[in-house]
Amino acid sequence: MESTALLQKVTAGMAFRGTPASLLSSSSASSHVARIKLGSRSVIRAVSRLSGLTVKATHLNAYGFGTMPHNSTALKTVNKAVAVKTETGSTATAQQGHELLLFEALREGLEEEMERDPTVCVIGEDVGHYGGSYKVTKGMAEKFGDLRLLDTPIAENSFTGMAIGAAMTGLRPIVEGMNMGFLLLAFNQIANNCGMLHYTSGGQFTIPIVIRGPGGVGKQLGAEHSQRLESYFQSVPGLQMVACSTPYNAKGLMKAAIRSENPVILFEHVLLYNLKERIPDEEYVLCLEEAELVRPGQDITILTYSRMRHHVLQAVKTLVSKGYDPEVIDIRSLKPFDLFAIGNSVKKTHKVLIVEECMRTGGIGASLRAAIMENFFDELDAPIGCLSSQDVPTPYAGPLEDLTVVQPPQIVFAVEQLCKH
Amino acid sequence: MASQLLRRAGKLINVSASATKNLASSLAPISQANRSFASAAEDTNPITIEIAVPYKAHKCEPPSLLATTTPQELVQFFKTMFLMRRMEIAADSLYKSKFIRGFCHLYDGQEAVCVGMEAALTKTDCIVTAYRDHCIHLGRGGTVKEIMSELMGRKDGCSLGKGGSMHMYKKENNFYGGNGIVGAQTPLGAGLAFAQKYSKVEGVTLAMYGDGAANQGQLFEAMNIAALWDLPVIFVCENNHYGMGTAEWRSAKSPEYYRRGDYVPGLKVDGMDALAVKQAVKYAKEYALTKGAFVLEMDTYRYHGHSMSDPGSTYRTRDEISGVRQERDPIERIRKLLLAKEIVTVADLKNMEKEAKKEVDDAVAQAKPDPSELLSHIYVKGLGTEVFGPDRKEFTAVLP
Repeated sequence: MESTALLQKVTAGMAFRGTPASLLSSSSASSHVARIKLGSRSVIRAVSRLSGLTVKATHLNAYGFGTMPHNSTALKTVNKAVAVKTETGSTATAQQGHELLLFEALREGLEEEMERDPTVCVIGEDVGHYGGSYKVTKGMAEKFGDLRLLDTPIAENSFTGMAIGAAMTGLRPIVEGMNMGFLLLAFNQIANNCGMLHYTSGGQFTIPIVIRGPGGVGKQLGAEHSQRLESYFQSVPGLQMVACSTPYNAKGLMKAAIRSENPVILFEHVLLYNLKERIPDEEYVLCLEEAELVRPGQDITILTYSRMRHHVLQAVKTLVSKGYDPEVIDIRSLKPFDLFAIGNSVKKTHKVLIVEECMRTGGIGASLRAAIMENFFDELDAPIGCLSSQDVPTPYAGPLEDLTVVQPPQIVFAVEQLCKH
Repeated sequence: MASQLLRRAGKLINVSASATKNLASSLAPISQANRSFASAAEDTNPITIEIAVPYKAHKCEPPSLLATTTPQELVQFFKTMFLMRRMEIAADSLYKSKFIRGFCHLYDGQEAVCVGMEAALTKTDCIVTAYRDHCIHLGRGGTVKEIMSELMGRKDGCSLGKGGSMHMYKKENNFYGGNGIVGAQTPLGAGLAFAQKYSKVEGVTLAMYGDGAANQGQLFEAMNIAALWDLPVIFVCENNHYGMGTAEWRSAKSPEYYRRGDYVPGLKVDGMDALAVKQAVKYAKEYALTKGAFVLEMDTYRYHGHSMSDPGSTYRTRDEISGVRQERDPIERIRKLLLAKEIVTVADLKNMEKEAKKEVDDAVAQAKPDPSELLSHIYVKGLGTEVFGPDRKEFTAVLP
């Protein structure tokens, strides 16, 4: 029961993936963006078709960005509950789908994939009988058995190595780090074996492994349990990294990561596990390399991911009331960056602010800044702003911890400064 | 009558050769070969040889000291080991003439371990080893040509020239490399065994490592995991008594590596005797398929240094090296056995050696490395992202 007006608007813009950008950008593409477009868009589209990322029903969010619409006949819109919670959605489909928390969405994605493919298994500490330390695998050991939900001893290096060895033979293991920080112990296996085996074997082996776990700064967890590993893994060639931020993209990215032939690291956040959202009933898989447009705007592009997305949206409320119109993009894909979506947005707004939780030095923001500067320098009216966490080990005390992480008032201030250009 | 004379002459040679302790055991055959075949290479009648050095067992019963083999197998042992030896020596000279660069770890002296293992295994069994992998790759169905090409960085190498000496793999024959970091292959081995158990494949995994890697924590983690879940993995410690430049007594408190699995049963094997290795691996495979993890320590020796950058004589004496070469060399052992059992003549052996030398010489190949292979196989699915050279102007490409 879609409202026909909305349907018309959406179908008009959506002949194939990629035109969401054309909804935003006004005119012909610049040479910079064209180069990226030729490189990434058609290849991604073609390869995604080949790799079997079929989508049973197409799902676009209210603003037209989303998954691969292979047939544009059955379009449904889904409200982004987090972004538009206070607005009563304009679509009549707001009551379809089911509501759940983010960890339940991860579990749903995991269960669907494990049912679909018997080679998928989960390896990690306390994933089986205990049900997962964040309840992501709760109830699954009874359903799938101990061999597919493997409780390991506390030996990250060896069970990650074990998962990689199993992946070399064709299994599709999912390694759960109880906290992303513990995966530092498995860094050798992840960087050398996981990332490089496809290359050093001349293409003989693929490592279809998913490494996932909660990371990021939590509520007074202490320095060693509040690490952001995306900055360490980003320069390992051969790895793909994605970060989820809502139940909708958590489930979609989990499924896509499991189906991918490349090693994927899925970064979850400790504080986001209890986020509630309504997601579709139908099966859907998101694209691993795609960014998500959260809120279209004209004044400035705010690039963010994971928990900072929600801080940004809080700041956006203040900014909107002050008269600004920021465009918010959740980059989702940390490696490689979706420079196509980002570029089109930069072309429109000419100002960029990156808000991230990584450290200032060598984080995702640092790489993203360099990539945008290299590719879209002519489009920029102002230096690229980057708000990141302080280069300090996360302190235990609450107020101190809050000081190390980017807070909404800082985002508001930064936007105001940048928009003066 | 003439044949009896020949046999008497042969026994004389045997008697004189029996002075060496190598042959003391091999002169006690229980049954004699039947010489009804024209060529020894087709003779598959079983013969039984007694293994010279007894096994040392830890928490298990050692296997019998009587090994059954056939003349065909013994000839094959000789041919393969000799080929491996020639290949490694050719690699040595290529390295010195700078055709092979970087790190090159040579396996000569240890050939009996590889050859004995392969005799007891099938291609459904998985092998994973560290960087001393040229001969293991050959044993797993590789050709000398692709090994040499890989060592010289050429496109028709087994990893397309992108792996090098330390990264040789053969997926279709279940050879998983070829790993550069010491000890990191042991968890991989546990993973391969896990996959075999998961997919209910009737095979075992041999996770090979050296005495240097035996002190790595991840090995013990892997042993714990393997023993806990009864994974069909055999941990094979190739103890050549030197971890890089440090002797085993200087690096390990307990150099009895077959005992270091503690709750995992183990066996110490004379790694210079291919038949002993074969017997032990057969025994271990049965154990692993029925009960679970097992440890084998192969007492072996390497003639070269740790790698080509290591002369190999600063931490051991030349007398020691030449002593082992004279008394325990695996190829000489098989040669003497073959001659003693009159399976082949000296002329036959010379022919086999010539063939092996020719094969290695031919394999020193011609292609040049192709720069188009630089950006392939980083990701399985093409991501279409751009990559740049350092100054962004001279080199721009899209990842396939």
